[in-house]
Amino acid sequence: MGRGLKFRHGVHPPDSKDLTAQVRIRRMPFPDEVVLPLKQHAGNPARLLVRVGDRVERGDKLAEADGVISAPVHASAAGTVASVSLWPHPDGSFAPAVRIAVEPYSAQVPRPRIIPDWHGLTAGELVDAVRTAGVVGLGGAAFPTHVKLSPPQGAKLDVLIINGCECEPYLTTDHRTMAEYPERVQLGIRIMMRCLGVNRAMIGIERNKPDAIEALRRTLPSDLAVTVHPLTVKYPQGAEKMLIDALLARRVPSGKLPMDVGVVVQNVASVATIAEVFETGLPLIERIVTVTGGGVKKPSNLIVPVGTKLRDLLAACGGLTDDARGIIFGGPMMGIALANVNAPVLKGTTGVVVLSEAECRPPESYPCIRCGHCLDACPVFLNPQLLGSLARSGRYLEMEQHHLGDCMLCGCCSYVCPSNIPLSQLFQAAKAAVKRQKAAA
Amino acid sequence: MSTAPLIVSASPHLGSPDSTPTIMWSVVGSLVPVVAAAIFFFGPSAALVILAAVAGAMGTEWAFGPPHALQDGSAAITGLLLGLILPAGIPLWMAFVGGAFGIAFGKLVFGGLGQNVFNPALLGRAFLQAAFPVAMTTWPLRGGSQAWWSLAGDNLALPFMSARETDALTGATPLGLFKFEATPTETWSLMLGATGGSLGETSGLLILACGGYLALRNYLNWRIPVSIFATVALVAGGLHLVDAGRYPGPLFMLFSGGLIIGAMYMATDVVTSPVTNLGCWLFGFGIGLLVVIIRVWGGLAEGVMYAILLMNALVPFINRATQPTVFGTVNQRGRT
Repeated sequence: MGRGLKFRHGVHPPDSKDLTAQVRIRRMPFPDEVVLPLKQHAGNPARLLVRVGDRVERGDKLAEADGVISAPVHASAAGTVASVSLWPHPDGSFAPAVRIAVEPYSAQVPRPRIIPDWHGLTAGELVDAVRTAGVVGLGGAAFPTHVKLSPPQGAKLDVLIINGCECEPYLTTDHRTMAEYPERVQLGIRIMMRCLGVNRAMIGIERNKPDAIEALRRTLPSDLAVTVHPLTVKYPQGAEKMLIDALLARRVPSGKLPMDVGVVVQNVASVATIAEVFETGLPLIERIVTVTGGGVKKPSNLIVPVGTKLRDLLAACGGLTDDARGIIFGGPMMGIALANVNAPVLKGTTGVVVLSEAECRPPESYPCIRCGHCLDACPVFLNPQLLGSLARSGRYLEMEQHHLGDCMLCGCCSYVCPSNIPLSQLFQAAKAAVKRQKAAA
Repeated sequence: MSTAPLIVSASPHLGSPDSTPTIMWSVVGSLVPVVAAAIFFFGPSAALVILAAVAGAMGTEWAFGPPHALQDGSAAITGLLLGLILPAGIPLWMAFVGGAFGIAFGKLVFGGLGQNVFNPALLGRAFLQAAFPVAMTTWPLRGGSQAWWSLAGDNLALPFMSARETDALTGATPLGLFKFEATPTETWSLMLGATGGSLGETSGLLILACGGYLALRNYLNWRIPVSIFATVALVAGGLHLVDAGRYPGPLFMLFSGGLIIGAMYMATDVVTSPVTNLGCWLFGFGIGLLVVIIRVWGGLAEGVMYAILLMNALVPFINRATQPTVFGTVNQRGRT
């Protein structure tokens, strides 16, 4: 297919998507309680609006956006606010969260509401509707979508890129969304194009999802310039900078945003959610989650109320096998390993991967043998070997000069390292240390 | 649900199946045919010399190295490679000392695996060359009145007591023949290995095949041997065109001496070669150039060992000069 459909470097982990790639999405039953952290997005945590004992219906607002880069949080099930307290968060910390005891006999019907008709709305009104619905990026980073949809004055945008790569192994959330709801994705693209004022959209999908490519090609609108582009299967194809390079051969300069090369990238599940806001009028209170891995008895793609605790989610998938050893929120390359099954599903939770003993990375580590495999893997052409040795001796500011800031913690270097050196962990720690040093200075 | 604890570690949670021990032991495995060829050409002496060098290297690593260091296989490689670049008739105690020296002073003093500047096997050989020049340049030949199973040269000599055996059949290497006696050797004998020389440097095609297997598995950087061979072929070819009588042809240069085993197994030692691909091209170019210079104009018949050791010393500078250009930045030449 020639140039333009892949990026340089990257790695090829086994994609392991067979477990759920052809499993239809099903709706999980409502759990007994849901826990909604106030911080489920990049930016400021939301401001609490409810009190303990309040009765809430499904879709009611629990907390309001605090500032521009923030998003409201809505009740994902009808019930009573049981507590507002610190609760295990999927990032490993304890964070303020609203716990709702779900009404067991409720029909879970949301309050009557006006569904906005997108045909008649201006770009600003569309963005407003997305903001009040609490939509954030569903690809993992959970950046508030309305911020992305309102580019600053003077920004010259020409292309909207829809990210359907799903390059993380195991996950099939985006895959199933595209295969089962292609019309919804197309509606979302139409609305986004109107918001951004661009007249060209490109959908990038890795070639290992032929049914998704086919479904989106079949539903392409005839009146808009939307195209579907199959991409090489390679991790991290779905990283914004890699995707833009692959599709348009434009390189986002170091330290800049996709907007600086005229592009907005949006994950395909978020696009579908935008469309859903205008289909149902409901805010973002449920999402599609892949629960998979060798440690799950019944790997599934589920529609899950946001705030469902991990234990309820795993129970809905038949529970864990005897050799389950690692529970990962998100994909296995960038996700977070958790030991607390009370942590809830967030708006940005793409999946839960339970690895069996055989699938986990072995614990043994060896000295660096300077093989250079990490340099060949790094998609942003860093020298992880050098950065790793600097990190080990605590020379964080020197790492800055070697472009630590460009590292996106994709984990390719750690993945290929034959000595199993936790490079991306070292870089994450170094980034935090640099931030602290700068704040102190 | 089981009671075994869950693993909570940082991402990524998957790892490539190629671990450092896998790579190291694969290198050892890939050398098995080369060792077999050495035994075929030089008889049981070959096995004894290689075993002595391996024992010296692994024993030293075991005695002075970090705990469990033998499991990673790097000491076994050092011993094996050193054994393969020794003459068949060398006293076994010398081979043992060479292995021990290579590990102790070529690797452990720097801090063990991954820290050394010079290839330990070559350092061991350089030490032997300096300490025992006669034993290191006496090349037994097979055939003649000797049976295949008889030991070559002074294998069993006691330390510092070696008395030369008078009737051993020895001969010069093809490079020595060419340089000092102006006698060329058939290219086919060079490729297959029926010549004088060190144990493992005589069967060029076999070493190429074994190294090629490692390159396919991405266990060695193919750019280094390709760069070395190309440089040697081009430079030697150019000289040969100028004066075919004085300068040997490129095929002779490629298949004689230790060039092939040096390029495939010594120069590609991951620890002592550059980490960048561009650096690997430069590194190979430097080695190729030095090999031709030493062979053609130097006082020695063979220069692969010193060429690699010299370029090993330059690796930190090569690494610094060939840092990759970070995505989305502009390098000094103005290219992205």
